[in-house]
Amino acid sequence: MNVDHESFVASHVKDLPRSGIRDFFAVVSEMPQAISLGIGEPDFVTPWHVREAAIFALEKGRTSYTDNRGLLRLRREISKYVSDFFGPEYDPASEILATVGVSEAIDVALRAILNPGDKVLYHEPCYVSYAPSVTLALGEAIPVGTKPENEFALDPAAFEAAWEPGCKALLLNFPTNPTGGTADREKLERLARFAIDKNLLVISDEIYGELTYEGEHVGIASLPGMKERTLLLHGFSKAFAMTGFRIGYACGPAVLIEAMMKIHQYCMMCAPILSQEAAIEALVNGSDEVARMKEQYHRRRDFIVRRFNEIGLSCHSPRGSFYAFPSILATGLSDIDFAHRLLREAEVAVVPGTAFGEHGANHVRASFSTSYENLVEATDRIARFRDNIVIEDAAAAV
Amino acid sequence: MSDVLTLLLEGAKPCADHLANILGKEKAEVEAELRRLEEDKSLLGWLPVFNPEKVEEGRVRAVIEVKISPEREGGFDRLAMRIARFEEVESCYLMSGGYDLLVFVTGKNLRKVAAFVSERLATIEGVLSTSTHFLLRPYKEQRHLLVDETEAVDKPAVSP
Repeated sequence: MNVDHESFVASHVKDLPRSGIRDFFAVVSEMPQAISLGIGEPDFVTPWHVREAAIFALEKGRTSYTDNRGLLRLRREISKYVSDFFGPEYDPASEILATVGVSEAIDVALRAILNPGDKVLYHEPCYVSYAPSVTLALGEAIPVGTKPENEFALDPAAFEAAWEPGCKALLLNFPTNPTGGTADREKLERLARFAIDKNLLVISDEIYGELTYEGEHVGIASLPGMKERTLLLHGFSKAFAMTGFRIGYACGPAVLIEAMMKIHQYCMMCAPILSQEAAIEALVNGSDEVARMKEQYHRRRDFIVRRFNEIGLSCHSPRGSFYAFPSILATGLSDIDFAHRLLREAEVAVVPGTAFGEHGANHVRASFSTSYENLVEATDRIARFRDNIVIEDAAAAV
Repeated sequence: MSDVLTLLLEGAKPCADHLANILGKEKAEVEAELRRLEEDKSLLGWLPVFNPEKVEEGRVRAVIEVKISPEREGGFDRLAMRIARFEEVESCYLMSGGYDLLVFVTGKNLRKVAAFVSERLATIEGVLSTSTHFLLRPYKEQRHLLVDETEAVDKPAVSP
């Protein structure tokens, strides 16, 4: 009997577009010899003392479930770390939830707060999961563009202009994947006033917070009146180079954390205990490695930004994250054509900007989370590719 | 610390062109910085880091704990330098604890190292005793793991 499997797929899932990154990944996979600037994770291996802590926990037989909210010791260390780095203090007993990466935290946060049709404002270009996560939580995602002329920094006026009745939350990610855009104190203060005025909850994914190269990272929860209306989401993947451990956390008002915990306990039970043990070690003894990796990203950033501008692909200096987001407008190609041709003709993988939303058009994301040797070779190849396009254009004009 | 030196310590190739490209400096500027580092003895020299099992098959390395008598006016320095000057000595450190000098020695074979210890080192006036340990197998050389299992990790070439 023929079964119509499509008919079993929920309509809001059926209508969900596939990630543009996923499609591009399939193309790049066929060219293993290409230099990839498309990787959204640290090139550093997790520091050994963190890996060793996980091994030790395994040897000790720590393989059980934990409290749904995570090990109390982990939540205490998170509380201390967040207070030192982000400002606000959270009660480990009731205001912190350990999750399976920030991705899960985003999902359960949205599911915990949204009724069907509730609206969420988010800035774009952005991490690929924000709008789909809102959709999956039966909400309506409303994009607010950040602009290249502002180096894709937070634009509170744009959020104010995009507000409409039914808006319930703001979803922020500064520093931003893929643009490296950041949010300074003044702009965050204006956004905070807007959130208070319109009674909005803020979900703030600050996973790249430590990787801020100029100025301080300001967490919106640290501003007056904002701790009580912010869910601060953070994790260990980027600054601590622990992507595969899948460990993150949410901090916020006890009632909201309890609501998130209800979903988390039924769908996930708890974050893996070995990852929790590793995370404790990272928080207690990991700051030197974080500083060392950040220093290297910083120098690589300076290099790749300079090279893009030398090549004639205008590129702002991202104040945070490990992504450069150059404009490819000068080539006359769309970002998708540019990425595909660059891969085919120069064997360098970058991610088309529109994979991160329509506002990413005419840009590509180039991760500098790779070795100097790769960055030097990749940018040399991009320069030759750019020169060839100029020659083609000149020939076409004749 | 000089940014050139920082980069070298991170393992960058000691090539002025390469360093200048990464740092966004003129090649001449980097060469001048390297010269300055060499002149003030911050940079003592250049040696490749290699796997001794592959490059120096059969060569013997030993670590020798040496007790010596300190001297009036000079302490351990004169004797330490006298030992350090031997071609066989790769490194030599004054130590705290149960002995005075830790001496890293290399030789073509066991007989050569043994001869160095018994005929040269132990016979120096002021050397009170030696305790020699032969290196059996290297696991890490100058921050490079010789068996790095993490290299097997297969990361996706593109990720969000």
